[in-house]
Amino acid sequence: MSEDVTLSNISMDFGNFRAVDNVNITIKAGEFFSFLGPSGCGKTTILRLISGFMDPTAGKILIGGKDMTGTRPNERPTALIFQNLALFPLMPIWENIAFGLEVRGIDKATRRKKAEELLKLVDLKDSADKKVSQLSGGQKQRVAIARALAVEPKVMLLDEPLSALDLKLRQHMRAELRAIQKRTGVTFIYITHDQGEALAMSDRVGVMSQGVLQQVSAPNEIYNNPANGFVASFVGENNIFDGKIKAIKGGMASFETSQGVFDAKVGPGVEKNTVVRLYVRPEHSLLAKAASKTSNSIPVEVTDLAFEGNFINVFLRDAAGHTHMAQMQNDPNSPLPSRGSKLHMNFDGDDSLLLVHAKTRG
Amino acid sequence: MTELIRRYGKSLTTLMVLLTAFWLLILVLIPNLVLFQFSFKPYLPVDELGGAKDFYSLNNYITFFTSPIHINIFFMTVLYSSAVTILCLVLSYPLAYFLAKVVNPKTAPSIFLLLIIPLWVSEILRSFAWFIILAFNGPLNAMLQGIGLIQDPIRWITGYNAVIVGLVYSYLLFMLLPIYNAISSLDTNQIEASEDLGASLWRTHWRVVIPHSKPGIASGCVMVFMLCAGSVIVPSTLASPSSRWFTEIIQQWMFEGLDWNTGAAYAFLLLALCIIFVSLVMRVLNVRLVDIAK
Ligand SMILES: Nc1ncnc2c1ncn2[C@@H]1O[C@H](COP(=O)(O)OP(=O)(O)OP(=O)(O)O)[C@@H](O)[C@H]1O
Ligand SMILES: [Mg+2]
Repeated sequence: MSEDVTLSNISMDFGNFRAVDNVNITIKAGEFFSFLGPSGCGKTTILRLISGFMDPTAGKILIGGKDMTGTRPNERPTALIFQNLALFPLMPIWENIAFGLEVRGIDKATRRKKAEELLKLVDLKDSADKKVSQLSGGQKQRVAIARALAVEPKVMLLDEPLSALDLKLRQHMRAELRAIQKRTGVTFIYITHDQGEALAMSDRVGVMSQGVLQQVSAPNEIYNNPANGFVASFVGENNIFDGKIKAIKGGMASFETSQGVFDAKVGPGVEKNTVVRLYVRPEHSLLAKAASKTSNSIPVEVTDLAFEGNFINVFLRDAAGHTHMAQMQNDPNSPLPSRGSKLHMNFDGDDSLLLVHAKTRG
Repeated sequence: MTELIRRYGKSLTTLMVLLTAFWLLILVLIPNLVLFQFSFKPYLPVDELGGAKDFYSLNNYITFFTSPIHINIFFMTVLYSSAVTILCLVLSYPLAYFLAKVVNPKTAPSIFLLLIIPLWVSEILRSFAWFIILAFNGPLNAMLQGIGLIQDPIRWITGYNAVIVGLVYSYLLFMLLPIYNAISSLDTNQIEASEDLGASLWRTHWRVVIPHSKPGIASGCVMVFMLCAGSVIVPSTLASPSSRWFTEIIQQWMFEGLDWNTGAAYAFLLLALCIIFVSLVMRVLNVRLVDIAK
């Protein structure tokens, strides 16, 4: 039904530019795995390596334990959904979906039947004989998924398939993709630069930056325990402080900044002399009239408020002129802080993380 | 029309329409109509023009249909023009695909330059160059003998061989360019999607690349066929005793026989042939005239 995918020491060079740098990971069979990263970090390149359109400069790709070196895309058990879908505009919808069966020499009646089944699966029953140009963006999306499913791939590769859709449709398709993945049990490798999408859909997420895999974890782990500053900043907001570690004891450190000395948890790989910064999530930054005695605290001034519905973002400025943000639940019974008011931002040492900047190449 | 007036103003629009009309009417339509009219009149000495014998008839066309030699040459021209068209297609398609999708886009223009440079030389010189190359004591035979591939020189310029070589060489680019344009406009992801879904290279071409480039293939075929059927220089320069081209017959009527009337009739037969060929190609490839014109 599905297979696992292993990237072992994969690197990819274009000329002397390294687009993918020594990536090691095993994606489990039946897993919904996302590669998350900013534009140009090498996500598409990884997908094209797995589907076989390019050979890695170094390293090996194994699908279901089999070394794929030298195996052409048409012989790999993968199906790729392209960033721009790449449907065949000159074929009617059903032929698009049945194309993979056609090349396998399956007769026309069976192809048609299978195409109609798949169209039902993606909720497009009446579109079999339509042209590609007659479909909406979301419908094309679903045809692309059906076309890929038709070849019964062991591994489905999706390259930002939802990026062209509007927000509502995108949210709807997220749920749908997730449902299709659960129903079929196929391994999904999903690429996105949208952190919300990655966190909401995936069993595990791999965060990438500049060709380097920064962290591979479950979505909540990624958010709660980011491996480094890049991951913390790419996935969610932070209040950040520069400074220097004074002492480390039992996983906690005292961190000296221009705003005072703060308690903070030590992130992975951080030692006394490593260059780190302190990261605090806005929802852990609490506003109060008075400075807390038991946690870290800085005096701040409210510069602006943004009402987001169930919560409110409060923008702040500290004594050194740095900006911060605090997130408050929307509670109609408690008054909102007003612009210009002088408050204290309190944050617990357990919610403060000292992180190195990012894993770099080499 | 109103759109044109809005964009360019009244006077400029009038000028453009007049120029187009001039080109169409004076330079294309009227000469052809005059010739068409000629083709139904007999060839007469000047003093008999307007006389009793000067009436419209199909006699000039009948001359053709009662001359087995001319009919034979006509069909040879059709046959070998088709052969050249097919040869050009077979040679151009892989090259066009290679240039459009395989070669690094940065080097493609230099390759095109190399392909186009020979066009700077006039057709007559290019034909003559082939005449020299293919000559019995020419460089081709010398080279083949030199590398030991053949013992005795081969007579290349027999039958229609040399004419075919010359025509393919002269008109290859007219096939290559439209097909190259068509293939270039195909999204590379579609080729990859086809391969990813399991298609062999052959099937990817058959189902994805060729259907997309059909308009280019059609316009290439139409152009090459018409250029071949209408070519005079190449078939006469590279002719062997047994190769005659229909245009040479027209030329004979007009300039050797000074019989413009029969010549015109023959020319319109050639035109009819080309029209039939164009519609045939469009039917076979299932494309519309606007697709070809693009
Ligand atoms: N064929 C190529 N030749 C040269 N450089 C390339 C090639 N393909 C990709 N690159 C470079 O490799 C880097 C990674 O590209 P890739 O397409 O994998 O990015 P991505 O993460 O998918 O970005 P996006 O989110 O914008 O799609 C980019 O800097 C890109 O310029
Ligand atoms: Mg990409």
